[in-house]
Amino acid sequence: MSANTLRIALVGNPNCGKTALFNQLTGGRQKVANYAGVTVERKEGRFTAPSGRVLQILDLPGTYSFDAASPDEQITRDVLEGNYPGEAAPDLIVCVADATNLRLHLRFVLEVKRLGRPVVMALNMMDTARRRGIQIDVPELQRRLGLPVVETIAVKRGGARALIERVDGEVPEAAPAQADDAASRAGLHAQVRELLDATVHMPRATDVLDDALDRWALHPVFGLMILAVVMFLVFQAVYSFGKPMSDLIGDGFDWLGAHLAVWLPEGPLRGLLKDGICTGLGTVLGFLPEILVLFFFILTLEESGYLPRAAFLLDRLMLSVGLTGRSFIPLLSSFACAIPGIMGTRSIQDPRDRLATILVAPLMTCSARLPVYALLIGAFIPMHRVFGIFNLQGLVLFALYVAGICGAMLVGWVIKHIRRDRSEHALLMELPSYRMPQPRDVAIGLYERGAIFLKRLTGVILALTVLMWFISTFPSPPAGAAGPAINYSIAGYLGRGLQYVFAPLGFNWQISLSLIPAFAARETAVAALATVYAVGGDAQTAGLAHALTANFSLASALSLLVWFAFAPQCMSTLAVIRRETNSWRNVAISFSYMFVVAYAASLITYQVTRLFL
Amino acid sequence: MRLSDLPKGASAVVERVEDAHPDDPIAQRLRDLGFVEGERVRLVARGPIGADPLLIQIGSTRFALRRAEAARVSVRAQEEVA
Repeated sequence: MSANTLRIALVGNPNCGKTALFNQLTGGRQKVANYAGVTVERKEGRFTAPSGRVLQILDLPGTYSFDAASPDEQITRDVLEGNYPGEAAPDLIVCVADATNLRLHLRFVLEVKRLGRPVVMALNMMDTARRRGIQIDVPELQRRLGLPVVETIAVKRGGARALIERVDGEVPEAAPAQADDAASRAGLHAQVRELLDATVHMPRATDVLDDALDRWALHPVFGLMILAVVMFLVFQAVYSFGKPMSDLIGDGFDWLGAHLAVWLPEGPLRGLLKDGICTGLGTVLGFLPEILVLFFFILTLEESGYLPRAAFLLDRLMLSVGLTGRSFIPLLSSFACAIPGIMGTRSIQDPRDRLATILVAPLMTCSARLPVYALLIGAFIPMHRVFGIFNLQGLVLFALYVAGICGAMLVGWVIKHIRRDRSEHALLMELPSYRMPQPRDVAIGLYERGAIFLKRLTGVILALTVLMWFISTFPSPPAGAAGPAINYSIAGYLGRGLQYVFAPLGFNWQISLSLIPAFAARETAVAALATVYAVGGDAQTAGLAHALTANFSLASALSLLVWFAFAPQCMSTLAVIRRETNSWRNVAISFSYMFVVAYAASLITYQVTRLFL
Repeated sequence: MRLSDLPKGASAVVERVEDAHPDDPIAQRLRDLGFVEGERVRLVARGPIGADPLLIQIGSTRFALRRAEAARVSVRAQEEVA
């Protein structure tokens, strides 16, 4: 470590604004949300202070106390005490406290102080505190605590200026370290009470707005109705706003493909660009608007503070199926992608609840499945109005999401009855104040998700699409062969081989083949189908949706939709399960139960639909 | 009286948190979160199914506790004071 680098660790209670402050300091783009447990791993950033010194900042997960009960609290404690492997103890600890919630947060400040290391306290959310008429005698608080105290507003530009000046100055002297035992622990609350009496004046313990909103949001009847309406509107919006934009992009690529065909000479290059890149990739890219609409709602809900309310309403229900209210937030993130969802389960302290949540998280319909759903629904389900306001396509999409949720509940229930350990599980969850979502944070979140999607598109999806084009074009059919050329290609043979397994589900060889790249990334199933049909000559003029309706039945389409609702998740998800649970056994369980469920559900769907249609 | 027996909207003062079994981590966590002698608590809301979980206000913080967790906290009832 150079003498001119200062290592700073940001700590504090969950949801006190550490990560927002970290982003202010470093210009970073870490994810910010309004619920406890967003930061589940250590994150590092650095910036150069006005003095020219380099400040290296560690953002640590929120902690209520050092009597660590969950894995992320354990990380915080280890880092601060210098026990984390490969991590030297920080030179300075910045302990962040929510100014509107000092009774709880000051206790942790005192606990950090007892470590005997240099500490600066950041009194965050001072804007909200002032709005609510909370008066804090900062000089007196500083004197009594014996630590420097600076005011910050992490969500406002320049709101961390005072903190930067303070940490850039002299490192404050550390208080003497104190023993950590049950007796001194009990004394902390008495100290907090004394500090509050002497330095803080609160006209009202709670925010008037919070109380008013919670009266409705947590109402036993209206609360559940509001939750159902919110969830339903999100999925309708994905269709109503996202679809028209998707169609525009799709048309644009068709136009591009048609023009390329005119300019390029006949040959493999033209085939690759037109059938592989334009038709394959273009089809997947077309779903970007739908994904962004979905993320817009998830990010807004995360920021608002509504999600823990939903967790409160659903806790009992989730408990009955072997999960916990806390599972709600990781499971909701899994609608975007199972990977952040599974990582988010670290905020669930109970290891059994956590494993159950990890196992069911991939059943939540991730955004990568959206292109597949959108394609099949667009092709096979008519655009009817139902009851005048809903559209049938939106309803089918909603039903697929519900199928995933019901599947998860069933699996949770089975896990609950298989496991032998029946000891008590804890909830103990804090409900934060409501907050107006910050357009800047939502915009950053959308940008990040869009960038990740485009990166996948130009990386793994592009590579697989080119590969699909290659195996569906070569080898060329022998001279004088009858039937379409694609039947003689590698893809033709592979697909027909797989069809033995999937024929009972109503899948033709093209679909069976597309399931292989879908295992690497779900969206690729669309690109693969688009490429195979384009090479086969079916999608040349009328587009993929048309090629599909011409080539298979409604029963097959429904069966494929159901397959995607339950099928084993992509490789990256399995890798995350391996990393998070440190066990190949869980990966094997996860893969095999989903394969069995998906196969059975699709088989039933296909065979039953065939009887009626 | 137990915290779990409090009627909706009622306030009380915490007496102590009792361990449900020796070395009870849930009881320790409750004490860390501020459920200690003399703190005022209020039952803000109850879950829609089986009136579980309970939303408890302590200081400016609202915690969702399941009934079994709230039953560890013994309280004495208090008249609503302004």
